[in-house]
Amino acid sequence: MRTIIYLAIGIFFGIILFKSEAASWFRIYEMFQFASFHMYGIIGSAVGLGIIAVQLIKRFRVNSIYGEKINIAPKEKSFSRYIFGGIIFGLGWALAGACPGPMFVLAGAGYLPILIVIAASIGGTFLYGLFKNKLPH
Amino acid sequence: MHEIEKQMNWIYEPWPWYVSGPLIALVMFLLLIIGKKFGMSSNLRTMCTICGAGKTVDFFKFDWRAQRWNLIVVLGVIIGGFIAENYLSNTIAVDLNPKVVTDLQAKGFNNVGNGYMPDMLFSNDVFTDPKGLAILIIGGFLVGFGARYAGGCTSGHAISGLSDLQLPSLIAVVGFFVGGLTMIHLIFPLIF
Repeated sequence: MRTIIYLAIGIFFGIILFKSEAASWFRIYEMFQFASFHMYGIIGSAVGLGIIAVQLIKRFRVNSIYGEKINIAPKEKSFSRYIFGGIIFGLGWALAGACPGPMFVLAGAGYLPILIVIAASIGGTFLYGLFKNKLPH
Repeated sequence: MHEIEKQMNWIYEPWPWYVSGPLIALVMFLLLIIGKKFGMSSNLRTMCTICGAGKTVDFFKFDWRAQRWNLIVVLGVIIGGFIAENYLSNTIAVDLNPKVVTDLQAKGFNNVGNGYMPDMLFSNDVFTDPKGLAILIIGGFLVGFGARYAGGCTSGHAISGLSDLQLPSLIAVVGFFVGGLTMIHLIFPLIF
């Protein structure tokens, strides 16, 4: 049953990412050119409603549907890892025109070259793990 | 019947931001309410572990089965992409700002405004084009490395983290934009 719920949420999310065009390389380029409100509208409205949802969950101590406490762990405090990691991520996001969610959407939509991007991103993740202790965090 | 059909047609058109954004918030909410969290890039780490990376690097030494649920979400995302492209779209042309169309055409992109992805990078011809391959490999590599370094990507930081008013996520999102703007405005003129 839980597997079906995860699968359904994933399918729903994949459809949204494709239909919103957030998975389009062109839209990412247009966003970084500040040439359209589209992507800012998507992220802005998602965050705006997200803030309300998270605040309500916290304020009313909402439990999960399985009756467990919903635990939203705060991110660990740091500056360097977020800014350096963020910049590296942003460089790749703009170049490949896809972040980790849309990558898989595009794989399903049949754009075979995205498989190279996915494989390379797994490689990048591995290299981070390898050099983690040598990087400023 | 015709009226209903007309009203349902919007599904087959590209979805506006004020539909898509709230639905993404709903996805995050659904994951929280079933006791999980919204984050795509951590799956890349799980995939490293499944490939055996835990044998050589401690960062990948964890029980990946605890993350099985998120891999199933990814499987769903793949299926969702298939359904959306094949059954829910009259057109996959992206209606871009005309200035962007002219700009990209001048850079040698040929299907701007007519397709979902640029043929130059995402048609199967790229498999024999060293420059295109290099762009996809370097781009993907930076995304994977940067997402794990920053501890999250667009879903984990820009949506989940900002929704929880996390300062670290704001720093990461500023980083995403510094990197993205640098790539588009300073590096693209050198490669296209």
